[in-house]
Amino acid sequence: MSFLKLLDEFNLETSNKEESERFFSRKDALAKMSNYSKNFALAALPFGAIAAFSKPANAQSTEDVVGVLNFALTLELLEAEYYNMGCEIGIIPDEDRAIFNVIQKHENAHVIFLQDTINSLGGTPIEKPEFDFTASGTFDPFNQYPQYLALSQAFEDTGVRAYKGQAGNVQSSDQILTAALRIHSVEARHAAEVRRLRTMRGLDDIEAWITGDNRGSLPEQAQAVYNGEANTTHAGVDATTVTDISDEAVTEAWDEPLTMEEVNAIASLFIVPAQ
Amino acid sequence: MSKSREETGQSSDLVCATRRPISRKNFFKFSGLSAASFMALSMYGCQDSGLGVLDNKSGGNNGSTDKNADVVKLGAGDIGILNFAYALEQLEAAYYIQVLENPYHNMSSDEGRILEALREHEVAHADFYKAALGDNAIRGLEVDFSSVDFDDCASVLNTAQVFEDLGVSAYNGAGQLLEDTELLLVAGKIVSVEARHAAAIRDLLKPRTGFFAGDDVIDENGLDVVNTPNDVLAAASAFIVDEIDASELPQPNN
Repeated sequence: MSFLKLLDEFNLETSNKEESERFFSRKDALAKMSNYSKNFALAALPFGAIAAFSKPANAQSTEDVVGVLNFALTLELLEAEYYNMGCEIGIIPDEDRAIFNVIQKHENAHVIFLQDTINSLGGTPIEKPEFDFTASGTFDPFNQYPQYLALSQAFEDTGVRAYKGQAGNVQSSDQILTAALRIHSVEARHAAEVRRLRTMRGLDDIEAWITGDNRGSLPEQAQAVYNGEANTTHAGVDATTVTDISDEAVTEAWDEPLTMEEVNAIASLFIVPAQ
Repeated sequence: MSKSREETGQSSDLVCATRRPISRKNFFKFSGLSAASFMALSMYGCQDSGLGVLDNKSGGNNGSTDKNADVVKLGAGDIGILNFAYALEQLEAAYYIQVLENPYHNMSSDEGRILEALREHEVAHADFYKAALGDNAIRGLEVDFSSVDFDDCASVLNTAQVFEDLGVSAYNGAGQLLEDTELLLVAGKIVSVEARHAAAIRDLLKPRTGFFAGDDVIDENGLDVVNTPNDVLAAASAFIVDEIDASELPQPNN
C-alpha cells in the first residue's frame, strides 16, 4: 500500500473504530517488518503509518493551552531576569553587549506577549518565581563571565527544546501554534549565537548546532539539556539510513524536543521553591 | 550503517584561504570534492555555472515522459506541505553544493566550515523528505542560481541568509497547516536548525552584533519571521526553473 493510500484512508476526519483497529494491526505488522529488515524497509511506510494515528487531539481545552503558555512564561521570566541582571550588573564586556542587548529585548518581549496572550484567553499568568542563578551555590554567573555564557547557552538550548515539545499541545489553535513556533525559532537564533560566541572566545569548540548529545565544555549538570539530541529517527524514519551524509551531521540537522517534565527538572535548579 | 564524517569524506578541517592573510595554503584542499558532496551533487546539484540540470530518477509521480516540461504539483494536505518543505530543502542543498563546488577564493575557515555543515544538513533534510514521501515526492527540481556571483563572498553569504531566513519563515508559516502531530514535530525539529543556520550566516555577515536576530526579521513582540507557502514560493521561484503548482496546498485561515 502506498503512502498516499494509507494517508487517504486514515488521515481523514474518521474516528471509525473498526478502521483504526484495522490500522493498528497493520501498523504492528509494519513495525515487525522493519525490525526484521531495518535497512531494507521503505522509509515511506512508517511515515505514512504515523500520519494515520497521530491526528491532533482537537480537544485541547483553553485550560490546557493556558497551562502550556504558563509553562513557557516561566522559562521566559527566567531568561528575561537572567539577561536583565547580567546587563545591569555589568558582567557582559562591551564587545558582547550588542548580542545580549538583543537577547534581553526579545526575552522581555516574550514575557509580555505571553502574559497578554494568557490574559486574552481568560487565564491567569503565573507570578514571577524567585530565581537563584547560582543553583544553590553551584554556579557564579554574575562574577564569572564564562559561566554566564555557559548558563545562557543552556537556557537557550533548553528553551528551543521546550517550545518544540509543546507544539503538539497547542496545535488546536493556529494562532497560538504559530506564535509559539515564531518564539521557538528566535530562541534557536539566540542559542546559535551564544554557542558561536563561546567558541569564538575559546571557551568551547562547538558549532551553532548540536552534534550528537554533546554538551561541549558545559558542566556535567548541563547534560540533561542535551540528552536525547543524538536521536536520528523522525516520524519513524531513521534519517541516517536514507542519506550518504555522516551520522554526526545528521544528528546536527534535527533538534529534539524535551517534555514539560524534563524542562521543569532543568529549570527547577534555578527556581527557589515557593514557601 | 553508521557513517562517520571521515568515512563519508567530510573532513572537519576542510578550510580554504582565510581572508586574514595567514593560511592561504589550505585553499587547494577545497579543490577535491568529497565523496558525499559528489553523491549529493548528482542528486541535487547543478552542472555548468548556475543553470543546473537536475533529473530526478525516482521521484516522478505523474508518469510523464518529459518531466522538465511538466508543472511540479506539490499535492494536497500534509503531503503537499511536506513536498513544499522538500522543494525548499532541495533548493538549499543545491545551493550549498554549488557554493562549495566553486568556493570563493577568500573563504575563511569559519565560513568554509559553516557552509559545509549547512550543505550536509540540507542534503540530509532533502534525502529525508524524499525517502519519507516515497512515491509522493516531487521530482528533483531544476535550480537557477545565475543571479548569484559564486566568486563573491557577499553575494554567496547574502543569498545564504535569504535562503535560511526564508526557510525559517516557511516552516513557521506551514506548522499550522499540518494536520498530523508527528509531522508537526518533525517540522519543529528542522525549523530550529534552519534558525541556527540563519543566525550563523548572519553572524558571519555582521560578526558579534545583534544582526543574528535583527529587527529585520524579529518583530516588536520578539516573534520571528513567518510567511505563507505562497509567499515563500513566490520568493523561491526566482531560483527554481520548474513551475510549481501549489494550488492544492492547505491555506492559512488568518
